[in-house]
Amino acid sequence: MTKAHRGARAHRAGATPYLYLTPAVVLFTLFIAAPIGYTAYLSLRQVKFSGLGLGRKSRTEIFVGLDNYRTAVADGEFWAGWLRVLGYATMVLALMLGLALLFALLLDSARVRLARFSRIAIFLPYAVPGVVATLLWGFLYLPSLSPIHATLRAFGVEGVDLLSPSTVMFSMVNVAIWGGTGFNMLVLYTQLRAIPRDYYEAARIDGAGELAIALRVKVPILAPALVLTTVFSIIATIQVFTEPMTLRPISNAVSSTWSPLMKVYRDAFVTGDLYSAAATSLVIAAISVVPSLLFMRLVRRQAFGEER
Amino acid sequence: MTTTKGVRRPLGLAPTAVLLLGALYCLLPVCWVLAASTKTRGELFTTNAFAPGTGLFSNIADLSAYRDGIFWQWMANTALYAGVGALLSTAVSVLAGYALAKFRFFGRDAIFTVLIGGILVPAVVLAVPQYLLLAKAGLANTYWAVLLPSILHPYSIYLARIYAAAAIPDALLEAGRIDGAGEHRLLRVVAVPLMLPGMVTIFLFQFVAIWNNFLLPFIMLADDERFPLTVGLYTLLATGANQPALYNLVITGALLSIIPLIALFLTMQRYWRTDLSGGSVKS
Repeated sequence: MTKAHRGARAHRAGATPYLYLTPAVVLFTLFIAAPIGYTAYLSLRQVKFSGLGLGRKSRTEIFVGLDNYRTAVADGEFWAGWLRVLGYATMVLALMLGLALLFALLLDSARVRLARFSRIAIFLPYAVPGVVATLLWGFLYLPSLSPIHATLRAFGVEGVDLLSPSTVMFSMVNVAIWGGTGFNMLVLYTQLRAIPRDYYEAARIDGAGELAIALRVKVPILAPALVLTTVFSIIATIQVFTEPMTLRPISNAVSSTWSPLMKVYRDAFVTGDLYSAAATSLVIAAISVVPSLLFMRLVRRQAFGEER
Repeated sequence: MTTTKGVRRPLGLAPTAVLLLGALYCLLPVCWVLAASTKTRGELFTTNAFAPGTGLFSNIADLSAYRDGIFWQWMANTALYAGVGALLSTAVSVLAGYALAKFRFFGRDAIFTVLIGGILVPAVVLAVPQYLLLAKAGLANTYWAVLLPSILHPYSIYLARIYAAAAIPDALLEAGRIDGAGEHRLLRVVAVPLMLPGMVTIFLFQFVAIWNNFLLPFIMLADDERFPLTVGLYTLLATGANQPALYNLVITGALLSIIPLIALFLTMQRYWRTDLSGGSVKS
């Protein structure tokens, strides 16, 4: 309302864009940059107890260099957690994105009935919080309650424990697939709907069937969206926390350090060793930087290429 | 949606069947909780899993009576966190996205890259130090501790930038400027109305994200008076896991906690379909 830009030189934006970006930048500084800096600071320190370790004065914080990192990286349980998460993430990514792609292509194929109903039903789990999804499936895994067990018994299969050390990972994968397929399907489906229909006519006139069109025309068009959903899914699965945390009360097979994130939580709030937790969380961040950089390149190249 | 004008190709039975199977799988736990929440304690373990019972109202009454109705407090807290958080988040994202899409200025690319980089920081790297810093400011274990860190959502800024770029013609802003309209006026009269559908989508996604968030409130809050539903139900499950008597409460709580989101979701169908990953294919 203050100053009007005269003439056609609108690109001379003045202070306005900076003003509009201020809330975002301030929040970024307070809630992303400052916490990262503080974590880095904590990760280089450790508490030292002098004397008998009693009283306030005996507890001093000292600089320990990279000691916390050495401890974090040397901890076998940390890598065991990574291994579990790697297995979990591989299964979730392959199955969830595979199903999302399959459903999106089927919805788009113009040959299915009840497509609207299916689309809404498959997207529905997105509205269910991770805690509640795990809780619901958790109950469905309990032998005393579950229709799954009742069905298995009806077929003569007895004594399957869906929460044992050897099966609990698959039970968790199932929760993740259930919760995540719909969202990814929607992203892919939206992308497919944006493609003009006559795009396929040429292929059809050449005698290509629906399947050939799907594989040779639609999937290549979806490639950028698939990369995007994959990167997002990698970031999300690496950070798995809610699902194993919620399964803990009903399954002995989930340890307090099942995933690397759970270890950070335990170190910080149960054992009270903030300094190790800080170092461990930065190691996790460093390991997730690879998919992250990939994502950055993608966002800049793919989405904003045409704006210049 | 299923028919295209012109040629009608033969109906695909197999594709329809596969999709319906997927739908069935997704509805299974929801149907189960719908049935289970109507059962009394005895019926829960004895009757068919999907058969309705006779105890829905007594279950709701029991849940409402649990610790003087703390469940409804959780529900109200969640609505507050998600509603206010998503509203502020949308405002911040739209301002930033509009500035990034429609202005050329020094540092634009750098600011965008840094803001978007926030997507990539694992939540736990932030949550623990956020807690420590908020504790230093005396804000840990308050509503602010959950509300403030939820406002900035880098992905919403990314979406807002795409919407602004696609929905607001440069010529319109140009014309406004020639007519002597100030920048804030252009924002109010031109940009915001054109971005409105996109804003609804951003609001909805952020609303769901905050509603479903567990890690942040789990770390920030110690006092169950301020818990959102996710943390509340988790503690209820943690205390009730060894007491089948509490199963009914957990199950009924789970059902009641997803009803608002499912309602929002079904009534706002239109906005969930807006182009999520941007206008990259169009034009």
